Amino acid sequence: MLEKSPHIALQLSPQGGRVLLSGCWTAARLAEPQSWSLIESTLAECAASGQKPLTWDLRKLQKLDHTGAHLLWNAWGRQWPQNLLLLEAQRPMLERVAHYAIKAPPPARKTLWQVFLLLGERLLVLLDHLKYLTRLTGQLLLDSIKLAGRPSQGPWRDVSGHLYHVGATALPITALVGFLIGVVLAYLMSQQLRQFGADAFIVNILGIALIRELGPVLAAILIAGRSGSAITAQIGVMRVTEELDAMRVMGIAKGYRLVLPRAIAMAVAMPLLTVWTTLAALLGGMLASDLAMGVTPAYFFEALPKAVQVSNLALAVGKSVVFGLLIAVIGCHYGLRVKPNTESLGQGTTASVVTSITMVILVDALFAVVFKNIGI
Amino acid sequence: MTQTTTPVIKIHKLWSVFHNAGHASVIHQDLDLSVKAGEFLSIVGGSGSGKTVLLRQILGLETPERGRVTVLGRPAAEMGAEGAASRVGMLFQHGALFSAFTVLENIAFALRELKTLPQTLIRDAAMVKLQMVGLDPSQAHKMPADLSGGMVKRVALARALVMDPPLLLLDEPTAGLDPDSADAFCALLRSLHRELGLTVLMVTHDLDTLFELSTRIAVVADKHIVVSGTASEVLASAHPFVRDFFQGARGRRAAALLQATVLEV
Repeated sequence: MLEKSPHIALQLSPQGGRVLLSGCWTAARLAEPQSWSLIESTLAECAASGQKPLTWDLRKLQKLDHTGAHLLWNAWGRQWPQNLLLLEAQRPMLERVAHYAIKAPPPARKTLWQVFLLLGERLLVLLDHLKYLTRLTGQLLLDSIKLAGRPSQGPWRDVSGHLYHVGATALPITALVGFLIGVVLAYLMSQQLRQFGADAFIVNILGIALIRELGPVLAAILIAGRSGSAITAQIGVMRVTEELDAMRVMGIAKGYRLVLPRAIAMAVAMPLLTVWTTLAALLGGMLASDLAMGVTPAYFFEALPKAVQVSNLALAVGKSVVFGLLIAVIGCHYGLRVKPNTESLGQGTTASVVTSITMVILVDALFAVVFKNIGI
Repeated sequence: MTQTTTPVIKIHKLWSVFHNAGHASVIHQDLDLSVKAGEFLSIVGGSGSGKTVLLRQILGLETPERGRVTVLGRPAAEMGAEGAASRVGMLFQHGALFSAFTVLENIAFALRELKTLPQTLIRDAAMVKLQMVGLDPSQAHKMPADLSGGMVKRVALARALVMDPPLLLLDEPTAGLDPDSADAFCALLRSLHRELGLTVLMVTHDLDTLFELSTRIAVVADKHIVVSGTASEVLASAHPFVRDFFQGARGRRAAALLQATVLEV
């Protein structure tokens, strides 16, 4: 038997109208746009037809489900109509709807006072974040001391695993981005420097900018996006699946097993990646200067050590260790605060990446101010 | 009712094979099963006998290695297509509620996705389902994280039924519930099966649930259905797995209960 689209026909006569229903009155079929517009307008017409009692004929209906029954029940003004023709098989469905039909309770509205309180709550959440972040950092310090006391019992397998994921697998992307930034920078500078006939200074500019600033920051931002989010998501999923609770009841300290290995891996991988990114950027810059200005690689190699003091490299490596630790701690912090639902996991991951990138740039500015007399 | 003659689910010569690191393990081998309209069929079997895999294949979530699965006259692979909610409802073992939505939004989700029906009607219809599964209207705006295990199952059931599908699949409906909640949930399932004329396919380990609800029981062992029939027919089977499964201490207790209820009726 072919299942027809739902249909409704209103026949008005002086004695009172007659509403003829046919087809499948099921949610899926009712939602077909062409059927729905007809049904909606006809039901509105029925309601507008006023005091004349209508006869509702349901006997031609092929199918009626709860949604369809509720639609009729609403059209009847939530009471049984006076004249109703229906099959016995349809009655239980309508009776069930009649029995259960109530308005959904309105979702709790916020009063002005609650909105005001929300403001204070925001501030408290911020303080809470600071408190936990401080606690996490302190715990990391204590765990490091514990590790230094008994290095043979450290979570070294975890460390090496994270080192591989954070460091080794990030080599291609950091090299590519670094190389391209070096090329872009060299081309931009070459235009400007040529106007002053100061072509040779390209080495100084690239050397200082890439080694001292761009290398560490570029690598840190890439790793914050790549590994910071991964750390938050990993730990967050462990919260959702109750793995964190399982660790806790086994008496395994999450700081020691989850935070410490990630922090160590980040602190080791970050400076290495920084050097790697800087090298790629210098290579890109060197090739671009050769092509754009005819500054040969031989001259580049010769001039670079004179233009850039070694202390710059030390500063860059020192900075990137701090960046690595920051990214790890912020990633773990947001991961541990994830609540067991999908939305919170997404929010935590976003917040983790945004916060760690912001912090990296902030701390970088701090370094720039504090070490302004060194290496330049 | 033309559907009484053609089976709702038909599985023909099904092979399920898991490939794991070059090693293939056969789960099902030439498995045949058909479910008639209006039946309450339970599938039982040992752990790892592939009961849940079978459910997932019926839903089209997994593709069998060989063989044919037909659901409501269409290949199972098409089950996930648009409008699937009006053909089949699935109660997942852990509920699988959308954790970012409230209870009411969870139940109304499939209706809302139709994009045509007005919000008031959707809310009304969802409220009816909410109460049909025995939940209080005041629970409507709670989040899934705030619900107890039994309530999660009820909300998931209401969500599965929101489009009134003719076929309902249940994966371990009473697992993780305390005995009282399990009994209440069984009663709910039985009344829904009777009132809505549903075809139900259930996978369970729980013998009480099994005997209380099923009109037919199919036992999966040795990679295919070894016996299928009413409770007493299955109990009479001489297959070693069936004997161990039902004649163990737990099985005897549940069967004794079955005898008692039969006598009462």
